[in-house]
Amino acid sequence: MKLIGLTCLLLISAWAQNVGPLEQAPAKFANKKNPMQGNESASRAGAKLYARECAACHGSEGEGGEKAPPLKRAEVFQAPPGTLFWVLENGSLNRGMPSFAHLPEPQRWQIITYLQSQKPADHATGK
Amino acid sequence: MEEPGNLELATKSITGRPADGPRFLGATTELEYGVKGWWTTEFYLDGQATFGDSTLFTGYRWENRFRLLPREHWINPVLYVEFENINGADKGLLEVVGHDGQEDLIVPNADARLEKQREIEAKLILSSYVKGWTVAENFISEKNIRHEPFEFGYSVGVSRPLALTARADRCNVCPENFQAGIELYGGLGTHADFGVRDTSHYIAPTVAWTLASGTSFKISPGFGLTGASAGFLLRFGVSYEIAQFGRAARSMFHR
Repeated sequence: MKLIGLTCLLLISAWAQNVGPLEQAPAKFANKKNPMQGNESASRAGAKLYARECAACHGSEGEGGEKAPPLKRAEVFQAPPGTLFWVLENGSLNRGMPSFAHLPEPQRWQIITYLQSQKPADHATGK
Repeated sequence: MEEPGNLELATKSITGRPADGPRFLGATTELEYGVKGWWTTEFYLDGQATFGDSTLFTGYRWENRFRLLPREHWINPVLYVEFENINGADKGLLEVVGHDGQEDLIVPNADARLEKQREIEAKLILSSYVKGWTVAENFISEKNIRHEPFEFGYSVGVSRPLALTARADRCNVCPENFQAGIELYGGLGTHADFGVRDTSHYIAPTVAWTLASGTSFKISPGFGLTGASAGFLLRFGVSYEIAQFGRAARSMFHR
């Protein structure tokens, strides 16, 4: 019985490692609204914060890096803002992304505003 | 925690003048590297100069920090483990433990350097982020691996950026680039003599300023609260982060 329990635990853990951070966000976060959505000034501030906090791994244009996925893609563009907020707050340690909870909440929303103001690259190419 | 692959170069300095002793300047050079999202490692080189005495290298430290929980919680614990190989003349004062006090700072360098301090230090760092405020508490336990009892200390601090929202334009002197706070730290005796009797404690306002380029400056005047404490200590430092240093270093060797 203990062996079955342990096997289940290992399988769940392996599954959790394969699930992307956007899928790991609890459903209640999807309803969280971005108070700065569509705000041009917030988007420009977000671009500045993105360059400082995110560009080193995700690329200066969100094209992705050696280990970090691209952010200029439909999945991010269409994601509920609250889900992105959850990912920024918690990071995804098993994928190498640290938590950005040290950034004040409004700055995290500014980054999300910027990310969702960018046209996804995979939209243009029809991927 | 440092972001994976990033290298932070920092200097941490401290100056003070203990009662009945000359002014000193303690300096620590720090290399901090993010190995994983949950693991940061740091290497320190320590030295000091005492006016009217000498300038000397006092040793090194190697520390590792481990984030214990994968998700953010109300309180987030980080385990900090450090090995120190320094001598008794070290005046970096990166932490205050046991009965550390200003009397330790007036021993002549030639005598103080003879004392070897090979120590293991463990800290449990607890931090919370509440409406823009960062609240951090540390409990410190330190043990000389040769002899001597466990020594204990603490540190608590709060800080907050002057503005929670970033300005749209690139700027150096904008309020979100400044962080102000206050720290309280001190010793808690040893396992044989736990408590605040004959221990030193400091209260220290802190101001940090981060330029648009990522360079940060920090200054913190500390005021001694007990008879064992030095009256006034001034800490100051500068740090610079090299993003994705690990990737750049690897590419140098894979051409």
